[in-house]
Amino acid sequence: MSGIDAARSWDRFDRRRRIGRFLGLLGAFVVFAASWRYLDTGITNVETVPREIRDLLTRMYPPDVAYAPEIVEPLIETVHIAALGTAGALVLAIPVALLAAENTTPNAATYWLGKLIVTVSRSVNTIVWALIFVVVFGSGPLAGAVAIAFRSVGFLGKLLGEEIEEIDFGQVEAVRAAGASSVQVLLYGILPQVKPALVGLSVYRWEINVRDSTILGFVGAGGIGVQLFRAVNAFAWQSVATILIVVLGVVLASEAISASARRMVR
Amino acid sequence: MAAERRSWRRPTAFRRREFTWAAYLGLAAFFLWSAWGVGADPSRIASGLGRGLTLLGDFFPPEATPRQARRIADKMVESVAMAMVSTVTGIAISVPVAFMAAENLSPKPLYYLNRGFISLSRALNAIIVAILVVKAVGLGPLAGVITITFKTVGFFAKLLAEDLEDIDMGSVDAVRATGASPIQTLVYGVVPQIIPRFAGLSVYRWDINIRTSTIVGIVGAGGIGSVLLTAFNRYAYQYVTAILIAIIAVVLVAEGVSAVVRRRYQ
Repeated sequence: MSGIDAARSWDRFDRRRRIGRFLGLLGAFVVFAASWRYLDTGITNVETVPREIRDLLTRMYPPDVAYAPEIVEPLIETVHIAALGTAGALVLAIPVALLAAENTTPNAATYWLGKLIVTVSRSVNTIVWALIFVVVFGSGPLAGAVAIAFRSVGFLGKLLGEEIEEIDFGQVEAVRAAGASSVQVLLYGILPQVKPALVGLSVYRWEINVRDSTILGFVGAGGIGVQLFRAVNAFAWQSVATILIVVLGVVLASEAISASARRMVR
Repeated sequence: MAAERRSWRRPTAFRRREFTWAAYLGLAAFFLWSAWGVGADPSRIASGLGRGLTLLGDFFPPEATPRQARRIADKMVESVAMAMVSTVTGIAISVPVAFMAAENLSPKPLYYLNRGFISLSRALNAIIVAILVVKAVGLGPLAGVITITFKTVGFFAKLLAEDLEDIDMGSVDAVRATGASPIQTLVYGVVPQIIPRFAGLSVYRWDINIRTSTIVGIVGAGGIGSVLLTAFNRYAYQYVTAILIAIIAVVLVAEGVSAVVRRRYQ
């Protein structure tokens, strides 16, 4: 009887996987509940949240249009920081990618060095890099550009390294067999194979960097964040609204440029 | 003529070769303008690097008194708890938003409204959102949870909506043809098709949220970021390094967990 029943009823998962899934969900829920209790935000606060946010939004309306001319210059600075940071990152990322790719790295030590650089760069947020470089270069957009570059090295190095691992090594050996020096091998054997990826990734990172460079001003590393922070501290919410709209416009424009450029190289 | 046919030139992504050079020239000019704009003259970079090297000595070796170490651990737990809570709340809000932002399931006005919300959430950096939220609800982890929840919705709802647009409408129609109500159609026709991606995306976003939760504290939204900023402001650079190492370790563990879970699920 049970045999027929078992044959008739269909289950997507066997019992072990069902229990596993259940325990996974239960564990996630327990962690969630424990975290909520640990944070101790209190449910009483939560009730006032929508009211406070609505209040903030009403204060922002209407955006202060007269403020717009004042933010043109910092906005251009933001774009500069993103562009320079991406360019600097690209220059630094190519050697890092060669180190972090299994097929081009000279030995195990250099491989792990490459991985280490990638990891540290990716794990430290742009704004933390900015804090460090403001100490080194003094406040200003230069610190911001270097921070953006250091943050992007890990991203570009990792993804570019993965591309290099995928290349056809026969071409590299062919170039080497023709008597090319190691620089020539790099230029004629490796780079042409990853060039589309190189362009696509850097444009994509540039788009991210435009977004990231809008916050550098909070730690004194230049860009539109300086104005935004100032306006927030002065409770000039209508100016804040103007800045947010402009930031939104720039980010959307950079996304569109990035998308069309990446379509072109594909 | 014959000589011309013998030489081969690589095809270009642009329509004419002249355009390629124009594009390169334009890019180079833009970078020069950027370099001039951020004041990146070589002498300043050199002096900064010189100072940077001396400073590097101040950052090492990492050091934290037992009390500071406890503080790092405390605030780190807060960061992780914030990430846990806001991943769950963010995903809970993302699901309806994603359904409303899927072109094939949602009426046009609702579609544009939710797409707009997603763009807004993606365009604004977490730090900017955190500053606004801190002004609205005050300092503390609640501001962080709201910020990360908001950022999660932009990411998660966008990717989920794209998955929803890619589903096989045939099986949805089949469920509907058996006389299922709209809710049943959703549960039996749509949901099973997106569950695998859903799990992977959740864990991936959890990983990103851990990263974000370590920095929103810089603007007062709870977590380890506040400790980092205080350490910077007190020039306690060895302590800074200790904090950074703690952050990198937590981020790496999260990344590892996320990678393992995603590999097993997909």
